[in-house]
Amino acid sequence: MAAAEAHSAHPQTTTGLDHRKLLMWAFLGSDCLFFGSLIATYLLYRGKGLVGPHPADVFNIPFTSVSAFVLLMSSLTMVLALAAIQRGDQRGLKIWLLATALLGSVFLGGQYFEFTVFIHEGLTLQSNLFGSTFFTLTGFHGLHVTVGVIILMSFYVMALRNRVTPEQHLNIELAGLYWHFVDIVWIVIFTVVYLVEAPNIV
Amino acid sequence: MAAGSGALPAFLRRPTTYSGVWGWVVTVDHKRIGIMYGVTAIIFFLLGGFEAVTIRTQLMNPGATAVSPDTYNQLFTMHALTMIFLAVMPMGVAFFNLIVPLQIGARDVAFPRLNALSYWVFLFGGILLNAGWIFGGSPGEGWFAYAPLTTELYAPGRGMDFYLLGLLTLGTSSVAGALNFIVTIINLRAPGMTLMRMPVFTWMTFITSFLLVTAMPVITIALIELGFDRFLGANFFNAAAGGDPILWQHLFWVFGHPEVYILILPAMGIVSEILPTFSKRPLFGYPFIIFSGLFIGVMGWTVWSHHMFTVGLGPVANATFAVTTMLIAVPTGVKIFNWLATLWGGQIEFKTPMLFALGFIALFIVGGLSGVTHASPPTDFQQQDTYYIVAHLHYVLFGGAIFGLFSGIYYWLPKFTGRMLSESLGKWHFWLVFIGMNLSFAPMHWLGMNGMPRRVYTYESVMGWDFWNMVATLGSYVIAVGMIVFVWNIIRSQRKGEIAPADPWDGRTLEWAIPSPPPVYNFKEIPVVHSRDAFWDQKYTVDAEGRAVAIPRGASTDSSGEEHDDDGHGIHLPGMSYFPFVTALGLGLMGAGLAMYQGIGTVGLVVAAVGLLVLFFGAYGWAFEPADPD
Repeated sequence: MAAAEAHSAHPQTTTGLDHRKLLMWAFLGSDCLFFGSLIATYLLYRGKGLVGPHPADVFNIPFTSVSAFVLLMSSLTMVLALAAIQRGDQRGLKIWLLATALLGSVFLGGQYFEFTVFIHEGLTLQSNLFGSTFFTLTGFHGLHVTVGVIILMSFYVMALRNRVTPEQHLNIELAGLYWHFVDIVWIVIFTVVYLVEAPNIV
Repeated sequence: MAAGSGALPAFLRRPTTYSGVWGWVVTVDHKRIGIMYGVTAIIFFLLGGFEAVTIRTQLMNPGATAVSPDTYNQLFTMHALTMIFLAVMPMGVAFFNLIVPLQIGARDVAFPRLNALSYWVFLFGGILLNAGWIFGGSPGEGWFAYAPLTTELYAPGRGMDFYLLGLLTLGTSSVAGALNFIVTIINLRAPGMTLMRMPVFTWMTFITSFLLVTAMPVITIALIELGFDRFLGANFFNAAAGGDPILWQHLFWVFGHPEVYILILPAMGIVSEILPTFSKRPLFGYPFIIFSGLFIGVMGWTVWSHHMFTVGLGPVANATFAVTTMLIAVPTGVKIFNWLATLWGGQIEFKTPMLFALGFIALFIVGGLSGVTHASPPTDFQQQDTYYIVAHLHYVLFGGAIFGLFSGIYYWLPKFTGRMLSESLGKWHFWLVFIGMNLSFAPMHWLGMNGMPRRVYTYESVMGWDFWNMVATLGSYVIAVGMIVFVWNIIRSQRKGEIAPADPWDGRTLEWAIPSPPPVYNFKEIPVVHSRDAFWDQKYTVDAEGRAVAIPRGASTDSSGEEHDDDGHGIHLPGMSYFPFVTALGLGLMGAGLAMYQGIGTVGLVVAAVGLLVLFFGAYGWAFEPADPD
């Protein structure tokens, strides 16, 4: 993608928007249906399981709130990374890209820890309906975050070699669009999976 | 990559060869990709047709044993999957590729490499879906694969694994391709090509692409959930754990009904191009056709439960979906009346593309009307799972979608091969298929009304179904003969077909403004568009009585893209690349490994892991290869 930028011989687009930006928005629209179907399945089966563990038995909402906060803060650092490259600040770009990737990794670490605890408490993909729907929904979100971290780290390595020029800020913007989308999806998941259970936890 | 391109590793250099097999592997040219889609789709179409003829042979006489019951189940399942996912859909995509960039005056699609990736992933997905024929059985549970009947407990064979991974792979290809066409149509239109000047085929491609990017993720989730149940012991469709068997039906048909319009909208677009050309009149009610298409696209999302009237969703749900289903017949009817009005008073030429387009209208009306009958739940209760439904769906899918696609093949193939197809063979093809189609599928209405269920392996003579089953089978043989004529026509035209001029049909849209076959860069100069029917208006003006009058050649002030004498040197074209193939190969290996996992165990996981590595290698090579050779 870096290569495509170097050749600005491309004809002007009809709308004036870059192809890649439209592509990313269209892809995110498609991804909404992906997560929408997973969330719909989760909600359909919520409270329908015949055996435990139930959500209220395993959830540690304060812990997950902290990891959700970490992920949301990574959107801030993502914006700072884009702002840095737009004003040609290579050092800022490197710092904020790395910070975003690290925050994403902390979130993934939290998810790994949470999964481990849940499995230890008897909740697995096979244990009941809640296990199947919970691990599939949050697992695919985690997969999206993982892909995001890989993209961010790729740009970080490129930035270390000064391979991300200010003219290529669109690349960072696209990575950011994806990253913010993944964060927004987590806001929905955190609400419909975790927060709605808060009254049931004693 | 301005800095240090001299230090690029060898594998990152762009390939330069345009000839031989390798030239096709590394191509990113939308015309070549379109041809590959088309050829692959025709091969799968013949395979699906062979399956159909085998099914009909088994049903020709009561108590027949031409194939075993298990093979029969696999045949009707694979016939549906092959025709839908490997013949009609990719044939539509072949036309998206071949026609859309030319109609909007572009040199290629917005993402040429992504386009190549879509094709290769489609090819590997098609092979994967059919791999069960060799590796331990194909899926035999029906193309709808209703869970829990398709979970490990009830479908222990390996066929469903190929179904799951095959469809997941094909879905990836469809979404990638559709995203590409959405961006292409929004962003690569020639100057002056406003949305309401776009040719109808391009419009229908646009709407179909939106349906694809929204419907495919839903089936993807359904497939993942079923896959987790089968492979990992999850409980999505396990009734013993509280799982709901209706969930699969909802997810499947939420995808499945938009899918119906994914199949038919491209054919509607093709017919909307062909009818005006061969009646020498502009399309009647262009905005109505466009907005009907949009309305169908939106309403397509609101009718899925009419596939589930007999499930017992309750009177409110059934009534709601009955109303939406009847409503969606309205825009379809609007289109049909506009097509008929286009013909009215026109100078109709009965060339082969026109015959297929007229056949499309006639047969689609029959299929549409029988469809309206089972929009009503009480009537549907009688028709559900009978041959009446088989008759209906073949009138809209064969009589509709496939007739539309054939008219497109006869219309546009000369543009890309540079050779005309034989008119007389074309007419033989049309009449054989038209007669065979009606012989084969019209009797199924009566068989269904007489209670013959779908998907039965055989039947007893006392049921009184013998005669019409015999007629239907003979009809299918007539279709098969027609298809042999078609294949012969194509092969013959490549050898000794008449050389095709740039504009053999006196066409109306921009693809006819350039030579046949088009040069690799399509347009020497990007045309400027002043009206709908952009090319027609370069050729004709209107006299005082409203009749078309030819403009003398060269007198047009419009740019026809032919003023420049050079050979198109200096036109910047996207560089060829082998990374789309590599990336698709990675995806294909992942799919194959996971599909074989239950059968061969850890080796499957190893194959999948290798596939993931190849995918990463392909994706990174893709991102870092330079824009041009050198």
